[in-house]
Amino acid sequence: MAKTATRDAYGKALGELGAENSDVVVLDADLSGSTKTAAFAQKYPQRFFNIGIAEGDLIGTAAGLAASGKIPFASSFAVFAVGRAYDQIRASIAYPNLNVKIAATHAGLTVGEDGATHQMNEDIALMRALPNMTVVVPADGAEAAAATRVVALHQGPVYLRLGRPAVPDINGEAYAFELLKAPVLREGEDVAIFACGYMVHLALEAADLLAEQGISAAVINVHTLKPLDTETIIRYARRCRRVVTAEEHSIIGGLGGAIAEVLGEEAPTPMVRIGVRDTFGESGKPAALLEKYGLTSKAIFDAAMKLLGQK
Amino acid sequence: MEDYSKLKAIAARLRRHIINMVVAANSGHPGGSLSAVEILTALYFQLMNIDVAEPSWPERDVFVMSKGHATPVYYAALAERGFFSPNELPSFRAVNSRLQGHPARGKTPGVDMTTGSLGQGLSAANGLALGARLDGQHQRWVYVLLGDGELQEGQVWEAAMTAAHYALDNVIAFVDWNGLQIDGQVNQVMNVASIKDKFAAFNWHVQEIAGHDFGEIFAAVEKAKEAKGRPSAIIARTIKGKGVAFMENQAGWHGKAPSPEQAQQALKELEVE
Ligand SMILES: Cc1ncc(C[n+]2csc(CCOP(=O)(O)OP(=O)(O)O)c2C)c(N)n1
Ligand SMILES: [Mg+2]
Repeated sequence: MAKTATRDAYGKALGELGAENSDVVVLDADLSGSTKTAAFAQKYPQRFFNIGIAEGDLIGTAAGLAASGKIPFASSFAVFAVGRAYDQIRASIAYPNLNVKIAATHAGLTVGEDGATHQMNEDIALMRALPNMTVVVPADGAEAAAATRVVALHQGPVYLRLGRPAVPDINGEAYAFELLKAPVLREGEDVAIFACGYMVHLALEAADLLAEQGISAAVINVHTLKPLDTETIIRYARRCRRVVTAEEHSIIGGLGGAIAEVLGEEAPTPMVRIGVRDTFGESGKPAALLEKYGLTSKAIFDAAMKLLGQK
Repeated sequence: MEDYSKLKAIAARLRRHIINMVVAANSGHPGGSLSAVEILTALYFQLMNIDVAEPSWPERDVFVMSKGHATPVYYAALAERGFFSPNELPSFRAVNSRLQGHPARGKTPGVDMTTGSLGQGLSAANGLALGARLDGQHQRWVYVLLGDGELQEGQVWEAAMTAAHYALDNVIAFVDWNGLQIDGQVNQVMNVASIKDKFAAFNWHVQEIAGHDFGEIFAAVEKAKEAKGRPSAIIARTIKGKGVAFMENQAGWHGKAPSPEQAQQALKELEVE
């Protein structure tokens, strides 16, 4: 299967958006090569602002541009965009409900060798807790490209979470992305696997492994973490009676947390959360880290087997 | 003229370690490591009062690598100084290694402060300096190394205010003034000039030196120690990638490993020094 990094798809879509919509402006903080905003910067230097290594200023400047009617995309690594500028996001963007798109790359463990300081595993939790914020986590290149276009037209603050490594193209080129609506990638009856971002293709692999054991697993791509598609989540939890969540993020406050909140109130269901278990990451090759921290198709498979009482 | 041949030999060894480490990891930051080699050599092999047998000795001088991506030169210096074996250097950035991509206090012997998110080191240095003062240790020096691009972080200037406000004359901050950051030249990405005037305006004692010259480094530190009642900034003119011709003054070598062939070439150049 061909592979694309979601950050690459974002950069490409941004370049196209620049031609179509003269209100789109882009800001970066000395990482334009890595966040892939460099292509936009080359084509539209007048509408690109490199703020330097100053993420608080990056977010604040984006807020001002939005307040003057522009559609700013502000990019840095997730750890810096969210971590270094949380109060700026909260006070200057979320509270005044300004139309800023925070497109943060290098989220999660797959940052790899840079280590724990650079591996942002808490951003979904932080962004999800903010009133007015929409949170989108694309699973592959097609979804990242489509989401970039959709959020540009959506009124209000958006957090778009992007990754460093190439991921398998699971959605076709003609993929139609709709905010909120969680696509069911695989129908199933025995266990519902809800995944987002990098973990979606691993959830599909896990479903294959389960099928070999005669177990039918539904796989749902929860690309919009907020607002959450509670209708689909409750329906599949009721149908399958067992839930596994999978995210490249802490199990606290992210996808697993969000789904546990919904199901706890609406449809209590036995569930297992796959994700980073309340620990910092470390340096290493992405594959080695995913293995060590238990973010694999095998871990999803084991969780499903446990819920089915077969382990 | 003093003879710095011993220190120069150490510096050359550190440069070779830097190349070998980023090649082994196939990632990491050679450019800003090579520019800081003489500063780290001067600190760890002459200036700092430390004890490798007791890395947490409470009366030691401390160092904060605020530009935390420069771990190759940092770990190379710590290893050559004896905090751990140079044989451990090839594990840099590998899973389960003590040598994390960015400095991690508690993981690596000799690392005094965790860094990697730029702009935070000077604040921590101030805290260490205040702690030493509270303990009555006025001769405990707190060294910190900042990048020139890093100076764009507002927190650096908040900390600059704090250091002057509390008259932290035991803080000595080096700026690795190599003129480059990731996206290009510092003065084109986001101009921080004049660095000297800015620190002076914050009421610091300021010196500009040639950052690859041991004589100038030692003279500047001596003067910094004499500057009573004020923190000291030593703005060190350096060359990013120093010592490897194809890396020198190239922003592209900020955070990229050379190929094995390029590494051969680099190591050959570093042999003749
Ligand atoms: C808060 C923060 N933002 C962004 C980065 C990513 N980053 C790592 S190094 C670097 C450039 C640093 O330039 P400079 O301070 O001049 O360092 P040097 O040239 O000495 O390597 C950037 C932007 C970071 N580590 N921390
Ligand atoms: Mg620099």
